[in-house]
Amino acid sequence: MRSRSNLVLLGIVLVTLVTTWISLPTDFLDIAGFKEDNDIYIHEGLDLQGGLQVILEARPPDGQSIGSDELNGTRDTIERRVSGLGVSEPLIQTRGSNQIVVELPGIDDPDAAISLLQETALLEIIDTQGTPLNVGTRVNTSLGPAFLPTATATPTAMGEVTAEAEGTPTTEGTPAAGETATPEGSPTAPAAPTVDGPTYEVVVSGADIKDAYPTRDQFGGIVVGFELEGDAADRFFQYTSTHIGQPMSIVVDKIVINTATINSAISNQGIINGLSAQQVSDLSLQLKSGALEVPLEVVQSRTVGPTLGQDSIDKSIVAGIVGLSLVAIMMILYYRLPGLLSIVALLIYTSVVFALFKLIPVTLTLAGIAGFILSIGMAVDANVLIFSRLKDEIRTGRPIRNAIEAGFDHAWPSIRDSNIATMITCVILYWFGRYTGASIIQGFALTLFIGVVVSMFTAIIVTRTLLRVLLNIRPITDQWWLGVEHTRDTSAGVAD
Amino acid sequence: MIDLVGKRHIWYLISAIAIIPGLISLVVFGVNQGIDFTGGTSWELEMTQRESVTTEEVRAILDENGYPESVVQISEGNTVLIRMKELSEGSEAKASIENAFRQQFGEFEELQIETVGPTVGREIRNRAIIAVGLASLGVLAYIAYAFRKTQAPLRYGTCAILAMLHDIIFVLGLFSILGWVADVEIDALFVTAILTIMGFSVHDTIVVFDRIRENLESHAAPTFEETVNYSVGQTMVRSLNTSVTVVLTLLALYLFGGESTRWFVFALLVGVIAGTYSSIFNASQLLVSWENGEIARFFRLGSGSKPRTKTAS
Repeated sequence: MRSRSNLVLLGIVLVTLVTTWISLPTDFLDIAGFKEDNDIYIHEGLDLQGGLQVILEARPPDGQSIGSDELNGTRDTIERRVSGLGVSEPLIQTRGSNQIVVELPGIDDPDAAISLLQETALLEIIDTQGTPLNVGTRVNTSLGPAFLPTATATPTAMGEVTAEAEGTPTTEGTPAAGETATPEGSPTAPAAPTVDGPTYEVVVSGADIKDAYPTRDQFGGIVVGFELEGDAADRFFQYTSTHIGQPMSIVVDKIVINTATINSAISNQGIINGLSAQQVSDLSLQLKSGALEVPLEVVQSRTVGPTLGQDSIDKSIVAGIVGLSLVAIMMILYYRLPGLLSIVALLIYTSVVFALFKLIPVTLTLAGIAGFILSIGMAVDANVLIFSRLKDEIRTGRPIRNAIEAGFDHAWPSIRDSNIATMITCVILYWFGRYTGASIIQGFALTLFIGVVVSMFTAIIVTRTLLRVLLNIRPITDQWWLGVEHTRDTSAGVAD
Repeated sequence: MIDLVGKRHIWYLISAIAIIPGLISLVVFGVNQGIDFTGGTSWELEMTQRESVTTEEVRAILDENGYPESVVQISEGNTVLIRMKELSEGSEAKASIENAFRQQFGEFEELQIETVGPTVGREIRNRAIIAVGLASLGVLAYIAYAFRKTQAPLRYGTCAILAMLHDIIFVLGLFSILGWVADVEIDALFVTAILTIMGFSVHDTIVVFDRIRENLESHAAPTFEETVNYSVGQTMVRSLNTSVTVVLTLLALYLFGGESTRWFVFALLVGVIAGTYSSIFNASQLLVSWENGEIARFFRLGSGSKPRTKTAS
C-alpha cells in the first residue's frame, strides 16, 4: 500500500514536470530545440490572433449540380492559391455538400484575399478573326458565352480598368469580372442576359497552362509569363505561325485584358502585358493554381483585427488568475488540508490540460479559454464531492484513514455519472459547432471535454495519492485539518 | 433535518414566479436574434483618432449610405459596434461608408467584421434546435441507464430533464427581456451557453439522484419522501460549494474577461445559479410529487376545471 502510493506519487511528479515543461513558452528550456522541432506551441484561433474566416458556397450555373469530386477539386485549387499568400497556418476544408471553409490567420488585407479566392480566373487566348478587340470588351468564346453584369453583381477592379479605357494600370484589385461569368456556362439556361456579338474560337485556355509567373518583358515592364503543356504548345505554334501579323486577344473571365499582334510563331512560352504589378501577381497565382471548377459565393465571413485578439488574451489571463485564486481561497478556507491538496491537484490539472492543448493541438479561441476557466470551477467539483463525503464519514465516527478511503470510494459513482452527462453535451456541442462554421464553438466543446476528463484524473488520483502519502509521513490525528470542527453539532440538520 | 421536501410547493411557486415574466416576454416578443441566425453583418471599429463618438454621428453616416436600420452601440468611448444588413467585404457600399467614417472620425481601426448570409443563418438556427433536442435525449437515455436498477428509471431522467428545461427557459426568458430592454442579441455563442447550462444542470441533479439511489438501497429513511429529503439535505452543501466555485470563476471572467464574451459568460452565470436552484429545489421534489401522484392529480384538476371540449374531438 505504502510503496504503491509512493510509486503513484513518483508518476504524478513526472507527469507534472513534463507537462509543465511543455506548457511553458516554446523558447523556455527548449532542450535541443525539441519543442521548436515538434511544433509544440499554442495554436491561437482566429479571434485571438486576428485573421479572416470565409465560408464559400458553390454556385454552379443553373441546371448543373456539383459533386463531391468537383468540390474537392475546387478546395485543392483554393489551397494552392492560399499557399501563394504566405499565410502560416491556413485551414481549408469542405463542409456539407457545397461549402468550403477557409481560415486565414493573421492576414492583413481581407478584401484582396476574398477576391483572390473567389475569382474563377478562366484564361482564354482567342482567335479574334482579324478584329483588334479593345481592352475591357466582353466576348463570347467557344468555351461559353459572357454574361452581362447583373444589377446585384459587385463591381470589381476590372470595371475600373474598363472605365479607364486603354488599361492604365490600376493600383489595386484583381483582373476579373463579376461572378456571373462562368467557366462552363450552360447554353440551355443562362441566368443573365448574354453579350451580343460573335463567338470567338479559343486557341488555348487556362487548363493548358503548365506554369505562370511574374516576369519582365524586354522593356522592363512587369508581365505575366506562362508556359504551355505539350499538346497546347503544338496547337499554339500551329495557330501563331499561320496568323502572323494578325491580332490575338488574351481574355480572363470573358473580358479582354490584352490584345497583341502576332509577330512571330510562339510555341510553349508567352507573356501577358498591360497589367498592374498587383494584377500580375494575382493573375499568375490564379493561372498557376488553376481555374476554379465552379463559381463561389461568400455566404459568411469574419475578420478579426490583430489588436482585439491580444487584448482578449490579456484580459483572459487576468480572469483566469483571479478565478483560480478565488477558488483556491474558498477551498482552503472550507476544506483546509484536503482543500490545499485539491488546489495542488488543480495546478497539476492546469498544466496537464495546457500541455494537451499544445500537443493535440487544440486551437485556442476566446470561447475555448472561457471553457477552460469554467472547467477550473468544475474540476474542483469532484473534490468537493469527495471531501463532503469524507466529512460525513468522519462524523459517523470512522477512523481518519478509513474515512478518507471510504470518502473517495463512495463519491466515485456520482463523479462518474455527472461527468458522463457533461461529456454527452460536449459531444453534441462539438457536432453543432461543425455546422455553424464557427471553430469558436468547437473550441469550447473540446476544451470543456478535455477539462472534464483530465479533472476526473487529477481530482481523484492526485488528491488521493497526496493525502495517502501525507498520512504515511505523519498521521493526521486532528480532524480539524479535514474540515470537521471539534465540537460535534448533532443538532445541525444539514450534514455536508 | 430541515424539511425541504415538505415545502416543495413553495419552491415550485418561486420557480414559477421566476420563469413566468420571461415566458410571457418570450411569447409576446420572442428573442432578439443576432446575425448568426438572421443573416447580416456585425462590424466593430475603433475610432482611434477620437476620444469619444456618439451613436448619432455613426447612425447619420449609415443613414446616408443606405443602412438606416442599423443598431449602433458605443463602448469604451470610441469603440463602435454596428449590426446591420449584409455588408460584404470589398463591396462599394462598404468602401463608401469607410470613406465617410474617415472624413468624420479620421483614420480608424477595424477590430472585426462578421457577415452571415441569410440561408446560413436559418441553417444555424435549425441546427441549434436539433442540438438542444439531441442533448436532452442523450441525457435522458444516459440517466435511464444509470438508474436502471431503481424502480422507475425513466422517472429520474424525466425529472432531471424537467429541471433542466426550467433552467433553460429561465435563461431564454431573461434574454428575451434583455432583448427589448437592453438590445441584447442571442447568437451561436448563446446556444453554446445553453448547451453548457444543460450539462451543468444535469450534472448537479445527478449528484442528488445518486444519493437518493444510494439511500434507497440502504433503507436510510422509512418513506420515499423522507429518503429524498435526507438525500437533498446531504448533498445541498456540496451543490452550493460547487456552484460557488463555478460562479466565482465565471464572475472573474465576467468582470475581467473580454467584451466579446461578456453576454456569453452572463448567460452561463445565470444558468449555473438557476441550475443549482433547480437541482436542490425542483428535481428531487418532482420525484416525490410524481411518487405521490400529485402530478397526475394536478393534471386531472386542470382538465376537470375546463369544459370537456378537448376529449370530444
